Amino acid sequence: MKKTAETAYRVPLFDRIFPPKTIVLANGHSVKQPRSRMPLITLIIVALIYMSIRLTGFDLGIIARRGHQFTVILTQIFSPDVFNIQAKTFESFGLNPETVNFFSIFDGRWWEALWYTMQHSFAPNVFGPLWDTVRMSVLGSFIGATIALPIAVAASTNINRNRVSVTIIRLILNIVRTLPTLVIAKIFALVFGLGTFAGTMAILVFTLGVITKMMYESIETIDMGAFEAMESFGANKFQAFWSACMKQILPTYLSYCLYALEMNIRAASILGYVGAGGLGLLIDERIGWRDYNGLGTVLLMLFILVVTIEQLSQYLRRKLS
Amino acid sequence: MTQKQSNIVTPPRPLSIEETYNARPQRWWLYTLVVLIVVVLLVWSAGGVQYKGVTTKGTDVARGIAQGLLHPDWDLLLGRINEDTSTTQLFGLTVSTEGVPYLLFQTIAIAFLGTIIGGILAIPVSFLASDRIVPKWLATIFQLLILLIRTIPSLVWALVWIRVTGPNAFCGVVTQSVCSIGMISKMYITAIEDLDVRILESLDASGCNGFQKIRCGILPQIVPNFISTVIYRFDINMKDATTLGIVGAGGIGAPLIQCITSSRWSMVGSYLFGMILLMMVIEYLSTRIRNRLTRG
Repeated sequence: MKKTAETAYRVPLFDRIFPPKTIVLANGHSVKQPRSRMPLITLIIVALIYMSIRLTGFDLGIIARRGHQFTVILTQIFSPDVFNIQAKTFESFGLNPETVNFFSIFDGRWWEALWYTMQHSFAPNVFGPLWDTVRMSVLGSFIGATIALPIAVAASTNINRNRVSVTIIRLILNIVRTLPTLVIAKIFALVFGLGTFAGTMAILVFTLGVITKMMYESIETIDMGAFEAMESFGANKFQAFWSACMKQILPTYLSYCLYALEMNIRAASILGYVGAGGLGLLIDERIGWRDYNGLGTVLLMLFILVVTIEQLSQYLRRKLS
Repeated sequence: MTQKQSNIVTPPRPLSIEETYNARPQRWWLYTLVVLIVVVLLVWSAGGVQYKGVTTKGTDVARGIAQGLLHPDWDLLLGRINEDTSTTQLFGLTVSTEGVPYLLFQTIAIAFLGTIIGGILAIPVSFLASDRIVPKWLATIFQLLILLIRTIPSLVWALVWIRVTGPNAFCGVVTQSVCSIGMISKMYITAIEDLDVRILESLDASGCNGFQKIRCGILPQIVPNFISTVIYRFDINMKDATTLGIVGAGGIGAPLIQCITSSRWSMVGSYLFGMILLMMVIEYLSTRIRNRLTRG
């Protein structure tokens, strides 16, 4: 199926409609300068923007008129009730909030005030759902990633030579990946009942879709020499893959797993919104009650969790590569 | 191989393969530790996640969804207008606001506008967050801002914005504009940090003025990168727009979840059908455009 250079090059449609400008050089040669695509692209984008504005009812006036509402909510979110209560308690425990600094930790009253704050703020209610979120993502990521590896191997063209099965597997994976996590969680919440199990299953499916795609893409780039050599010794496909390819893909695989865990913590935090357990439940409830200080506390703790896990995972991933 | 061997004291005679193999670095304690940590984590997580069995409705739900996907509601899928569908005028056409085509186009519009606005807003943010351009303290502040935007789930942003804009598609646009800044800026910063500034010197030498230096020295380096980032984010925003719909920020999410809750499976089927098809087309197109951009 080798094509010659002449037949391989097809003049793009654009150049046929707007023929390129011909410039005659000083030495008599002529070169063709294709017309700029910029005007056409700009025109298309402007038209799309106009259509989108009509479709979505885009209106900056609303923001100008009601924008202060957003700042009100944001100020409340950014003064989580942990801090509010802390300032008050410091005073009642005989501490001046202005002079509290690092050295106050040697003062027994500081610890009492902190303990009191923790008990009377919204924070103690957050821990349960927070750990649920972590549990769901850890378990979901682990199981999802474990199942993903064999499927990824089966979906990579250099190991599975059967065109039909590769296409079918990839099609199914594509469909799985197009479904938003929240929709999957909603369906699982109906099937398995409300709670963390539904969330874990949703995370599992999501992880499966993401890791499989990234894995089969990297499996296809590995060096197949060792695999072929093993096969020529008489090893079966599994043995050959295990000893020749596993070493090559393991670091990538582990780094993808950590990356998936990172994403999953963030994804799991909203699953509760559809009843699949975790922080989402709390977020929904706080917003429903318009308790934005409490929401701030929830978000603060989520922020700390996500940043910690991200730093840890980035450190480990750097070690892996 | 050479690195590993350099640690070994050179013996009087060269090592045989087997001896080299046996002298390989042994890190079993590290592996044991990692496995132990993973096992502890798993046991701890498994303890908190209880399997309570399939609900009595559960099997019906699974069967319903399968049936709905096989027999979607064609009137809904094609957006045909009945006497009881609510309609709206759009570009001189009467369209059903419940129909899949309208909702899908609205979802695309939300993601499109959100991505473009986010992509534009991210340009100043990313320049201000890159410590190659601004002082370190300013960069740190903006990096923290980016981190904050990325950490707060988009659903929360949507729920907050709904209080401002009301539950409509506009809320989705505003939310996506804000949320996109986080990731887009992060990737813009990498592009800015990879800039080759030596080219500016050569342009200087050839007598270019400041504007020409930016036009010919900076823009060609970062524009493909920026566009590729924006298209990638559009992909994500498409999926996110559906999620945001669930809280009422327009698009296909809200009707889909309502239909799932009220077990109207043929409608669920048609919504899912349209969504899956659209996502696949968008993903295919965006991958193609990005591949062309990276190849130049």
